[in-house]
Amino acid sequence: MGKIRIVHYLNQFFAGIGGEEKADFKPEVREGVVGPGMALQAGFKDEAEIVATVICGDSYFNENIEEAKAKVLELVKQYNPDLFIAGPAFNAGRYGVACGAITEAVQNELNIPALTAMYEENPGVDLYRKSIYIIPTKDSAVGMRDAVSKIVPFALKLAKGEKIGSPEEEGYIKRGIRVNYFADKRGSQRAVEMLIKKINGEKYETEYPMPDFDRVTPNPAIKDITKAKIALVTSGGIVPKGNPDHIESSSASKYGKYDIEGLMDLTADTFQTAHGGYDPVYANEDADRVLPVDVLRDLEKEGKIGKLHRYYYSTVGNGTSVANAKKFASEIAKELVADGVDAVILTST
Amino acid sequence: MRLELGNVLIKDVQFGDTTKLEEGVLSINKQELIDILMEDEHLKKVEVDIAKPGEKVRITPVKDVIEPRVKVEGPGGVFPGILSKVDMVGSGKTNVLKGCAVMTTGKIVGFQEGIVDMSGPGADYTPFSKLINIVLVCDPVDGLKQHEHEKAVRLAGFKAAKYLGETARNVIPDEVKVYEVDTLTEGLKKYPNLPKVGYVQMLQTQGLLHDTYVYGVDAKQIIPTIMYPTESMDGAIVSGNCVSACDKNTTYHHLNNPVIEDLLKVHGKELNFVGVIITNENVYLADKERSSNMTAKLAEFLGLDAVIISQEGFGNPDTDLIMNCKKIEAKGIKTVIITDEYAGRDGASQSLADADKAADAVVTAGNANQVITLPPMDKVIGSLEYVDIIAGGFNGSLAEDGTITVEIQAITGATNEIGFSNLTARTY
Repeated sequence: MGKIRIVHYLNQFFAGIGGEEKADFKPEVREGVVGPGMALQAGFKDEAEIVATVICGDSYFNENIEEAKAKVLELVKQYNPDLFIAGPAFNAGRYGVACGAITEAVQNELNIPALTAMYEENPGVDLYRKSIYIIPTKDSAVGMRDAVSKIVPFALKLAKGEKIGSPEEEGYIKRGIRVNYFADKRGSQRAVEMLIKKINGEKYETEYPMPDFDRVTPNPAIKDITKAKIALVTSGGIVPKGNPDHIESSSASKYGKYDIEGLMDLTADTFQTAHGGYDPVYANEDADRVLPVDVLRDLEKEGKIGKLHRYYYSTVGNGTSVANAKKFASEIAKELVADGVDAVILTST
Repeated sequence: MRLELGNVLIKDVQFGDTTKLEEGVLSINKQELIDILMEDEHLKKVEVDIAKPGEKVRITPVKDVIEPRVKVEGPGGVFPGILSKVDMVGSGKTNVLKGCAVMTTGKIVGFQEGIVDMSGPGADYTPFSKLINIVLVCDPVDGLKQHEHEKAVRLAGFKAAKYLGETARNVIPDEVKVYEVDTLTEGLKKYPNLPKVGYVQMLQTQGLLHDTYVYGVDAKQIIPTIMYPTESMDGAIVSGNCVSACDKNTTYHHLNNPVIEDLLKVHGKELNFVGVIITNENVYLADKERSSNMTAKLAEFLGLDAVIISQEGFGNPDTDLIMNCKKIEAKGIKTVIITDEYAGRDGASQSLADADKAADAVVTAGNANQVITLPPMDKVIGSLEYVDIIAGGFNGSLAEDGTITVEIQAITGATNEIGFSNLTARTY
């Protein structure tokens, strides 16, 4: 491999163009090194070369994000670099957000290895840590030398396509992605050792810090249920016979929407469950046991509810990740609201 | 109480004219074994095969794995309440056929049965790739309901393990492990200055094919109780469950419970291992409340300073795990919990279905949603036809050439929550 080619990204301030009054500066490219690029270049010595520097004003970027991103991508692309570095943005908020956005775009749209660097409390960290590598820095440019010493070895590794280790090993900010590995000791042994430390009041490290758990307060009761349009949504896996959408028996990656207009009863010939987490015999005999269409039709007839919504939604809640469940729910909820549904009966297994 | 486990190290397993164990070589009269298993009217056909470590062999859908053991001294017999009388077990002498196991497969019961590869990348994720497996391919009679099918295959596995275990009755073991456990008061007298530690073992009891049996009783119907650590070594707890393969405790896991082993290693030295509290994971809220209340009460009643809590399964049982942890911590008893994660295929999702800040010491057995590609094998025992629909599989999991792309959820024992394996996860 020859010298690694790098394109560097700076805002108007670090590029020496001006402060707040120049923050509407439109994207521009300069050949070679500008401003803090010199410190980076010095760190890279002969291994890599900053071939160009793209500059954009923070206000311009944040107020015209799509246009600015497109323009910056175009400027980066023409140099065909091996690596893209944005910042460091230290604790400059809008600069940090711009660095995060453009690093993500270069990485995902140009498929060029990319990284940025900023202070851990910069708002850009929370927005982009999941998708990109962010090297933590001090909160001001006083930390430039320190930042360079962390960026250079990681950047070289990334550009050479070497395996990137854990945040502890490599020094980037945790991305929140759980990665499996084989530990030296079996789980039970680790548990016993952790317990002994906990008993003795010694420091120990939990292997999974508890997440902030999302708890939903139920809505107030429907005022007049006899006028309400009610929909059925289930994680019990009830699908038309044959599971036409191939919803997985576990770890569902999708949900189905099915028309039950005019249908009075679910039978063993027409519906089944796709769920892999329970004995399917009773659900397959009569899917109403999980998705009570028959009972709701009765209530509809008796005038006890307004109407059963024409469609029901179904997925499999078995090992399905919280992120997928959340995504399904927000899509389903949007459609239910648009269809004028007043209430939903959620059934599980 | 004292249990001596005599390990007879199995070097090879082969078919032969008589079933016997000589010089570490287990010979099996295949027809005799099949005849015993076929006495069950629920089974239409049984085949027996042998799979050895390193072979290009795939076994699926795997239901249970059982280590052959035989009681040679002391009260009771293996699998009390199921194949032996309900005598109390856990004392005396038991011989073990170490290095081999009975594995049950055949037509799928539900969705939650597993894959065991004897070589290749999948072999790293299952402890059973390191054993010589005597595989029973059991097919039920037509029209049998799933729960009857499950029961028939479960019993076939135990019967085969007992039958093979008998070969070690008069064999002098290669190594003897002695497990000494004390009554509550003896332990307190012997180790007055050591912290009193318990093990809360949660048993899979969600029902509908998700069951565990204790001395023959469906654990859904127990209220939490106390056991000596050695009882499960004689088969007091057995698996009857079809929860996802990665984190179900097979009967082999129960017989070799590593939390019990590792606590006994430091018993009398760093801590006083007082006993095991078994509890269940029923699906009704009242059951969850009652069982976690009882568990916390028993931990308090025993005067414990700390406990390890292990889970079985995921999702719904996450709520039992957190209830147990919260209620035990609230009594001033320190906890470490062992669980596994469902963080999505990209690892970016929240890992558990319930959480609480009291759970500040967690051991994880890894993210079960991780996707793995398993290259084709020369031989398949069982059938590949269910790979797309087992838990952890998806439409298109099975390629034409036999390559399988699945979540490790589908691999038997991959993310075992009694800490049997080394797999874990960290945040990147």
